[in-house]
Amino acid sequence: MTTLAYLIPVALFLGALGLVGFLWALMSGQYEDLDGAAERILIDRDDKADQL
Amino acid sequence: MSCCAPDAEMALALNRSEAALPSSQEIRLASRALGGDLRQTDLSVPAVHCAACIQTIETALGKLGRVEGARVNLSTKRVSIRWRGDEVPPLVATLGRLGYDAHLFDPEADGKDKTLSELIRAVAVAGFAAGNIMLLSVSVWSGAEGATRDLFHWVSALIAIPALAFAGGIYFRSAWNALRHGRMNMDVPIAVGVSLAYAMSLYETINHGEHAYFDASVSLLFFLLIGRTLDHVMRERARTAVNGLARLAARGAMVLRDDGTRDYLPVGEIEPGMHLLIAAGERIPVDGRIVRGASDLDCSLVSGESTPRSVAPGDMMQAGVLNLTGPLSLEVTAAAKDSFLAEMVRLMEAAEGGRARYRRIADRVSALYAPVVHLTAFVTFLGWMAATGDWHRAVTIAIAVLIITCPCALGLAVPIVQVVAARRLFEAGVMVKDGSALERLAAIDTAVFDKTGTLTLGQPRLVNASSVDPAMLAIAADMAAHSRHPFSKAIAAFAVFAGQPKLEAVSEHPGLGIEATTAGSTWRLGRRGWAGWKARTGDEGKFGGHGGTVLSRNGMIVASFTFEDATRSDAKTAVRQLKDAGVSVEMLSGDIANACGEVARMLDIGSFVPALLPSGKVEHIEALTRAGHRVLMVGDGLNDTPALGAAHVSFAPATAADIGRNAADFVFLRESLLAVPLALGISRKAGQLIRQNLAIAIIYNAVAVPIAILGYVTPLIAAIAMSASSLLVIGNALRLQALGPHTQARSTAPDRRSGIDALAQSS
Repeated sequence: MTTLAYLIPVALFLGALGLVGFLWALMSGQYEDLDGAAERILIDRDDKADQL
Repeated sequence: MSCCAPDAEMALALNRSEAALPSSQEIRLASRALGGDLRQTDLSVPAVHCAACIQTIETALGKLGRVEGARVNLSTKRVSIRWRGDEVPPLVATLGRLGYDAHLFDPEADGKDKTLSELIRAVAVAGFAAGNIMLLSVSVWSGAEGATRDLFHWVSALIAIPALAFAGGIYFRSAWNALRHGRMNMDVPIAVGVSLAYAMSLYETINHGEHAYFDASVSLLFFLLIGRTLDHVMRERARTAVNGLARLAARGAMVLRDDGTRDYLPVGEIEPGMHLLIAAGERIPVDGRIVRGASDLDCSLVSGESTPRSVAPGDMMQAGVLNLTGPLSLEVTAAAKDSFLAEMVRLMEAAEGGRARYRRIADRVSALYAPVVHLTAFVTFLGWMAATGDWHRAVTIAIAVLIITCPCALGLAVPIVQVVAARRLFEAGVMVKDGSALERLAAIDTAVFDKTGTLTLGQPRLVNASSVDPAMLAIAADMAAHSRHPFSKAIAAFAVFAGQPKLEAVSEHPGLGIEATTAGSTWRLGRRGWAGWKARTGDEGKFGGHGGTVLSRNGMIVASFTFEDATRSDAKTAVRQLKDAGVSVEMLSGDIANACGEVARMLDIGSFVPALLPSGKVEHIEALTRAGHRVLMVGDGLNDTPALGAAHVSFAPATAADIGRNAADFVFLRESLLAVPLALGISRKAGQLIRQNLAIAIIYNAVAVPIAILGYVTPLIAAIAMSASSLLVIGNALRLQALGPHTQARSTAPDRRSGIDALAQSS
């Protein structure tokens, strides 16, 4: 029972961390262009065209 | 273009080649101010589809003066450019040089998709809650007892609160909306079931009870939200793809003031009495009368006439026609809101009937389903009260009945099939606006086609090229390359180098033809009467239509050309397939009877009505509807738009006028008309799968409900039963994906030969 007292909060905290991380990624526009993101890793970044 | 092989979405690039590129004034009008002198322009670039495209475009645009930055969005096939200053950098021209067509799209399509991000957030929250609660529930089912079980229940109750408030909010709002308007939809039983299950579980938890349904209520929301999100993503994808097509309506026009100054004004600010300058290649934004200039007009989108019309000062013009050859100055006779275009929109709104009255299968089922479920639960409660007198037990069992019947499978049964069907159609280049369109399409028994631009391409083709002297044809092709008249384009397609003399001093005479000189000779390509001014009059009229297009040398006719309007590829096959599917096919056109008769004969269409006004098309469709038919309308012109609205369901090609594309339920992006029978086949198959899925859901209920009424359902059984029925309907829906590979193969490799089945255009 005592182990539960800290294991459950720990589990929930880690889960919530993942959730917040996902929501943050969503807010910051990382899901706006999934196809583009997949292709962009092929582009050499020798200029700052990504600044927009 | 430096790209990989063209794929389905490359078909988006299919556009009327004569559609004018947006002018810099138009781009400026459509741009957004970002503060300071910084402005942002969003362009749709349908041909982008790999990393090389992204880099080429971003580098080239970034190097332009005054451009702060450019960013390509590959998913939406758009590029947004930030630039400074008053003058628009040559964005479209730069993209054009790289091989990418760029279009402006409607400004209201701007901004982020709020519903989608709300849905995704709701899925995330519900998924988090469902996962954690399910973990705790498994411990309870495995035998957690006493204080431990209470603790787990309390933690579950706490986690469920944000999930219900945030993710459930979507369903509560929708259910409330439906109830307030006296309707029933699938969200009503969901909202009632979920909230009652939560309330009962909370009561159980407070009283140290054994059974709590927190997991059921939250995982129910999670599953249903996934279905809803998929549905939304599919529709959104179709909408963006349609929005990415070239705008065919002008956004503004150059106004010539009395004092001689010129202003580019948005269409909404143009008033009657103003003078407009319309360059060759532009569309006429409002109704007007020509004051100066002569030209040829392409009226195919407006009236359905396939032959360009010559106009001179004094002639009236309708909004939406395309000015082909010469600059025009016109006096505005009606503001945009009173113009032909706006009149079409009004006619369309007045005609809208069939689809507004249509109720989706899911709504019809739930209108029956919800009362039955709620009544069953209530009767169960009364029955247990009467039998045992234990109200707590009666309530618990009644709520178990509600949960087990909660339409998880039913809520997924319809949208999942429609999402899979829409995906199949998307791969074949057909965009579906919403799920109800698929249901309506499955029910049709009559298909009505427009002629110009739908059954035919609306572009003439030279048919007697083989009988024309190759040297003359080469000269004609060189001359024709200087004009955007459709006949010229048809001739220019035969350009070869055959040692022809170099042309000098090429000039275009609007409404007449093209004149050029070579060493010692004057060549004219155009109307017989103008080009062959020395020809004997006996020759006149030998080639009927178009007054005869000829090439002359020093006034003597040396070659004559005959044109036909080519039918869309596979038009004949498509018509036959529709007939095989038990659909009767008709043709309505604004064009003259002769031209219609030819097309009807070639495509084997039994009945047609020529020379119809837009309202005539609507009346014809309404008459068919009154006679008990369900009518499919396929059309592209402005004059078809009201008919598209009046029909039970409608199709438009990607080359259709903007409002036609917006009015249609389906937009097909490829040239082939086979899209229509393909979509009909898929929609019928989808209808069949939907009925199967509903049957599965009902059988599941028939088995599960008696168990629940007898009081044997525990949270464990509820969780297993609900998941199993959901998986069953999803699996059944996916069968559509695997179905009939041969139909797809036919649609992706259209038989171009049959498109050459051209017809003699006679007007």
